[in-house]
Amino acid sequence: MKARDVLLNPIIGDNPVTRQVLGICSALAITNSLRNALVMGLALTAVLVTANVTISLLRRHLPASVRLLVQMTIIASAVIVADEFLRAYAPEISRTLSVFVGLIVTNCIVLGRTESFALRYNPALAALDGLGNGLGYSLVLVIVAVIRELLGSGSLLGVSLLPLVADGGWFQPIALLLLPPSAFFVIAGLIWLVRSRRPEQVEQPEVREITLTRMERR
Amino acid sequence: MMDVLVPLFFRSVFIDNLALAFFLGMCTFLAVSRRIRTTLGLGAAIIVVLGITVPVNNLIYRFLLKDGALAWAGLPGADFSFLGLITYIGVIAACVQVLEMVLNRWFPALFHALGIFLPLLAVNCAILGAVLFMVQRDYGFAESVVFGIGSGTGWALAVIVLAGLREKLRYADPPDGLRGLGITFITAGLMSLAFLAMAGVEL
Repeated sequence: MKARDVLLNPIIGDNPVTRQVLGICSALAITNSLRNALVMGLALTAVLVTANVTISLLRRHLPASVRLLVQMTIIASAVIVADEFLRAYAPEISRTLSVFVGLIVTNCIVLGRTESFALRYNPALAALDGLGNGLGYSLVLVIVAVIRELLGSGSLLGVSLLPLVADGGWFQPIALLLLPPSAFFVIAGLIWLVRSRRPEQVEQPEVREITLTRMERR
Repeated sequence: MMDVLVPLFFRSVFIDNLALAFFLGMCTFLAVSRRIRTTLGLGAAIIVVLGITVPVNNLIYRFLLKDGALAWAGLPGADFSFLGLITYIGVIAACVQVLEMVLNRWFPALFHALGIFLPLLAVNCAILGAVLFMVQRDYGFAESVVFGIGSGTGWALAVIVLAGLREKLRYADPPDGLRGLGITFITAGLMSLAFLAMAGVEL
């Protein structure tokens, strides 16, 4: 297993959000502004790297029966540190993200990676894997947030880029993009884009169309 | 009392719907909504688990963890709220485990109907999310019971409706790249829009 692949694969090809459908909750909920998405991506990456390395160090000493319990405790401790850190140094962002930083505990990406990767490989690879998956997740968050904030309020990171009609400019903001449902549509579009570039990811239909021959139609 | 609790129930079912307004429990929401039959069991499980864990965590938060909550034990300055996350996860996992044993012993039919969903609920973000909302909004005990059951009902309702739509969608013919996951996202987005219409309802 090459270190390069471990780091780069999850960023686009095997992206945790669009390919493995993990960690959707926060990807949808906090992407209405770019700043939130960046902070959330950083927090998740930090937690994921910490948890991956710690669990990888412990992997030879963990009995299988209490494995999940230990992993949850380690992840929860890392999240508590991240949460307290944000509360101390960025109280305003911490308030807008509200419960979603705490919800990193149950973000399936974290448990998914520790369970399927950190338990099998050495700490250095586990750190790279955590970093790669964290960045892949952040990338999706940032893309969705850029679309939503730019078209929804004409600004990025609070800096106005498209002059709004209300301020005498030309851009009529699409208010729908600031509302929760739009995240579903943006992510659906993103999945469509990835899958049309990589046809091997397209799902097979559950029901197939049967073309009747002329004989059968009678 | 009732004039607070009844609106709270309707708010948590329709307006602040955990799945469609806060996107909690999405992994399960998208993965298990292929058949109505399975979502019925899942919905029942989530209502029961939320109805138990939210009030239990409410008691723990108010009498053990909150700033100054340990005054009854002679520790008026103690603030253990930073231990919240670990405690809630532990309580949720323990509740699910106990519930599993109780159902297995006395209600085997329900136990088998719920199957694998019951243990999986321990790591469902809808459960932890509801608990964290309860803490953030500082609900009392009665409110937390109503909020737990109400938000569970809302989540169950959303997942059952989505499963109904997906059963019909199997016969549709979307573009290749959208098949399966993509079209499910769009369906859920449209449902979320519909639920948004209730946001203006004054209770």
